[in-house]
Amino acid sequence: MNFNKIYALGLRHLYLIMNSFPRVLDLIYWPTVQIFLWGFISKFFTLNSEYYNNTVGIILTAAILYDFLFRASISFNMMFLEEIWSRNFTNLFIAPIKIREIIAALTITAILRTLIGLIPAVLIAIPLFGVSVLSLGIPLIFLLLSLYLFGVTLGLLVTSGLLRYGPSFENIAWASLFFLAPLGCIYYPIDILPLSLQIIAKGLPLVHIFEEMRSILMNNTVNYFNIFKSISISVMYFIFGVIIFYISYFGAKKRGTLINMGE
Amino acid sequence: MFIKIRNLTKIYNNFCAVNKINFQIEKNKTIGLLGPNGCGKTTTIGMMLGLVTPTEGEILIENKSIKSFKRDDILKRFNFASPYVELPKKLTVKQNLEIYGRLYGIKNLNERINEISSDLDIKNFYERKTGELSSGQKNRVSLAKSLINKPEILLLDEPTASLDPDIGDFIRSYIQDYKKNNRVTVLLASHNMSEVERLCDSVIMMRKGKIIDSGSCKDLIKKHGRNNLEETFLKLARSKDEF
Repeated sequence: MNFNKIYALGLRHLYLIMNSFPRVLDLIYWPTVQIFLWGFISKFFTLNSEYYNNTVGIILTAAILYDFLFRASISFNMMFLEEIWSRNFTNLFIAPIKIREIIAALTITAILRTLIGLIPAVLIAIPLFGVSVLSLGIPLIFLLLSLYLFGVTLGLLVTSGLLRYGPSFENIAWASLFFLAPLGCIYYPIDILPLSLQIIAKGLPLVHIFEEMRSILMNNTVNYFNIFKSISISVMYFIFGVIIFYISYFGAKKRGTLINMGE
Repeated sequence: MFIKIRNLTKIYNNFCAVNKINFQIEKNKTIGLLGPNGCGKTTTIGMMLGLVTPTEGEILIENKSIKSFKRDDILKRFNFASPYVELPKKLTVKQNLEIYGRLYGIKNLNERINEISSDLDIKNFYERKTGELSSGQKNRVSLAKSLINKPEILLLDEPTASLDPDIGDFIRSYIQDYKKNNRVTVLLASHNMSEVERLCDSVIMMRKGKIIDSGSCKDLIKKHGRNNLEETFLKLARSKDEF
């Protein structure tokens, strides 16, 4: 791995953000709207029943964590799509940069885009709804790590699709996360799902992450085994994503789609 | 011989884009790759750049198969410019050159950017976003990117397409001067026959994925009894025979 090249590719996306105020605004806008929306919905529940007293904290924390996953995945996809939209794809793939360095650069830079969008939303939630995601304590770092790896994996799978099918696969990039959201048990416990879907859901790291989040907030207990399980599942999916990306890359070279991408 | 292309073939499904072509390029020479649209020029360039996997055949650089080199080792010896491939539009000219300079691992990058920017007269729009430039300015920036690493092998795909005669002439003169002062082997795909006559030591004519003739411009014009390369091109492109 050549870190100068990873840095160069990261710099390309940093310049892109710095050169465009609307782009920064777009990154911040959606997570903030999410926080407002879920904050007010949860507040409405607490007004009508004592049963829901803790709802604001749990739902808003879940919304923030889910948005972190969503932003990580979309950021990865967006950076790849930027190369197609700007017709820079050929220049990038003929530069002396290894495929693993491209993956590393996109993975590292995606965190920057994710944090630019999410930090303002997290800060707004504190005074407005009295909810701080930091109340999860040290486990938050591990939960975010697991979410990030899974988000990047989804990004890798979508970009593999872009390599395989070309820009027409773009719509899947936007929809990819919504496919998994119902099985992720983000806002409800896994018991809500029918038994057959519970089996599938347990194969995703999301269930373990959000179950653990609720357990910390409601019972003040941390089960590090669950956190470790979610990270392990995320790592496995990440490795799978990297393999699929390589397969798609070599397939695209065979089909000759790399040379026409974005033209 | 510096570059050897042996039996290079590319078949997409049932369509043969490049059909067992053979040619070689001497070091520091400029070869023109000519042919009508869809004759396989871009696919040939794509295979040389590692963007397309050949179905058959091989590309040798200094008698070593291109496959035996590490991806980044071989690609840092190449570069490519085409008006159909752009640099990120929202980045300034300077930012784009900086990023590609870093990707190609250029030492003394600022010095190199200054040098190439002065040579190609792009300093006066250095801080402007690439997407805001005219096509002539974009072409010069694209050429600057393609020369940032002082490539040993430069692939140019229609470098003066859609340019006005003045800018087109500037680019051609620059390539000529650059060749005089630097050791570079150039493969030039173009539809501009006067450009090919001016820049190329010899040409390869392609049609339907095959090489139908090759030689120096003068020899080809003489061989086919025509007055210039354009007429020779038309004869070859429209004829059904191989020569």
